Amino acid sequence: MLEIITGGALSLIQDSGRFGVMKDGFTQSGAMDRHSMKLANALLKNDLNAPVIEMMMKGVTAWFTEETYFCVTGGEFRIKLNENEIKTNTVYKADKDDIITIGSAKSGLRCYLAVAGGFKVSLVMGSASTNLKIGIGGYEGRKLKTYDTLETGAASQDIKEGESVNGPVFGGEITVGAVPGPQSDMFSDDELNKFFGEEYTVTSEIDRMGIRLEGPALTAENGSDIISDGIVFGSVQIPNSGKPIILMADHQTTGGYAKIATVISADLPKLAQARPGDKIRFVKKTVEEAEVLAAEELKYFEELSGR
Amino acid sequence: MYYEFLPNADTAITVQFEKKISDEINGYVTALAEVLQGSAIPGIIELIPTFSSLTVLYDCSVIKAKELKDKLAELIGGMQVGRSGKSVICNIPVCYEPEYSPDMENVCAHTGLSREEVIALHTSKPMLIYMLGFLPGFAYLGGMDERLATPRLKSPRLEIFEGAVGIGGNQTGIYPVASPGGWQLIGKTPVKVFDPHREAPILYRAGERIKFYSVTSEEFDRISELVRRGEYTPEITEAE
Repeated sequence: MLEIITGGALSLIQDSGRFGVMKDGFTQSGAMDRHSMKLANALLKNDLNAPVIEMMMKGVTAWFTEETYFCVTGGEFRIKLNENEIKTNTVYKADKDDIITIGSAKSGLRCYLAVAGGFKVSLVMGSASTNLKIGIGGYEGRKLKTYDTLETGAASQDIKEGESVNGPVFGGEITVGAVPGPQSDMFSDDELNKFFGEEYTVTSEIDRMGIRLEGPALTAENGSDIISDGIVFGSVQIPNSGKPIILMADHQTTGGYAKIATVISADLPKLAQARPGDKIRFVKKTVEEAEVLAAEELKYFEELSGR
Repeated sequence: MYYEFLPNADTAITVQFEKKISDEINGYVTALAEVLQGSAIPGIIELIPTFSSLTVLYDCSVIKAKELKDKLAELIGGMQVGRSGKSVICNIPVCYEPEYSPDMENVCAHTGLSREEVIALHTSKPMLIYMLGFLPGFAYLGGMDERLATPRLKSPRLEIFEGAVGIGGNQTGIYPVASPGGWQLIGKTPVKVFDPHREAPILYRAGERIKFYSVTSEEFDRISELVRRGEYTPEITEAE
C-alpha cells in the first residue's frame, strides 16, 4: 500500500482512458503522456495500461507501507527515496516504511509513478482514469491529497530490480508530426504552408483539456465554423481567432471549429510535456507514416515488458 | 448517398455525409453506427455520432486506415438508407412549476405565450437526438416548436442545476450535470439522465427521440424518491 503524505500540485490516478463513452458526450480522460505511462508499466512488467499516478510540476511525497517495486517516468523531476536521489526510467525496490519524495520538475511538465501490479482503484465506466470535471474515477474522482491510501495489485515475477532504459528527453524546441484533415480543405494552400512552416509558442493556457498556441493566425476561407463533429486526442482546432488549440486527453467529444490537422499519436507525449514558452513546429505526415511510428512504439513496449 | 472519409491521423476516420442538419442525414449516421456495432470489425475502439458525420476511432495496431476504409465503404454501400420504420422515444417527466422554472416569465414575455401554452408546446411531440456532446448525456435535440424560440440569457449563469430543462435560441435540452450555461430554464426533470454508476450511464442514445411530459411537484417528489432508490426507469415507447 502507498499512503500519500503530501499530494503535490495535481496528482491524478490515470490509465489509458475511458473508452466507448464518447458517443454519450463523455470525455476519454487518461494519461496525458501515454508513452511515459506505458514505459513505467513496461519496466514493471505490468499491463501497459495499468493505473499510475500522473503528477504535474510538483509530485507527491508518499509512504510505502510494504516492500514495493516502483519506477518513475516522464519529465525530469527531483526524486528521492528516503535521503537518496534516484533516477527516472529505472526499477527500484522500496522497503517497508520507505518514503518517496517527488519534487519539482527540472524539464518537462509531468511524471508518472507506477508500482508493480498497478494501483488498484474501482473502475468507473470501465476505467480507473480520473475525470475532474465530472468528479468520477481514480481516487474518489479527485486529485490525491494527504492520508489517501492506494492499494497495489499483484506484482509480476519477472521484475528486474535496477532495470533501466533511456527515456525521451522533453522540453525546448518541439517538432510534432501532424496529418492534414479532417477540415484542412477549409484552408488555402498558403494558410496550410503557414501552419506547417512557421513556429508556434505554447501559451500559459494549457491544461488537460487543451493547449493554446501563439503564433501566425490561420484563417479559414469561409470562416471557421462547422457543423459540430467528433474530436480526438490531438485534433488541432482553429477557432475564429485563428490561433491553434491542440485538444488533449480531457477534450470535449465534439466541437464546432474547423480542425486543420491531427497530431500523430506517437508525438502527443511531447505536447503533454510542453511548458509555456516552448516552441512547436508541425511537420506534415501521412496516415501511413503515423501508423508505422505507432507500431514501432508498441513493439518497443511489448519487447520491454516481455510479452 | 454522398459521403467522404476524413483522416484524424492514426487515431480515427470521420465518415462525413452531406454537411447539413436534417433528420435524413442524421439517419445515415445512426444507421452506419448500428451497422458497425453489429459488424465486429476488429480494431474499432469507439464511435462518435454527430449531426452529419460518424467518427470511427480505431487501434492501428489491429487494423490500418486503408483496410478500415475499404470495410466502411462496403458497409455503407450495403446500408438501408433512411431510418428504420420505428423510432425509440424516451419519455422524460418535467416539472414546469415556478420553483423549477426561473426563466418561464422571460420565455412567456418573448414568445407572447402563456405558461400553459409553453408547456403544451414543449410537451407536444418527440424530438430527435441528433447527437450527445458538450456534457455527458447532453442531447442536441431537433424539432422544437419554433414558437418557443427564445434567445439565451444575456449573461450566462455560473451554475445551472442538474436536471434543468431549458431553451436556448431554437434549441431545447436537459443539463445532465450542474454546469455554467445561458439557457432560459423552464423546468426540471427528477430523472438522472446521467449516472456514472448505472449499467447504462446515459438514458438515451443519438438517433432516439425524447418526449417531455409535464408532472406536478408532488409527482416530481415521488419520482425523485424512486430515482434515489434506483427503482425508476423512464417509459420507453416506439412510434412509426
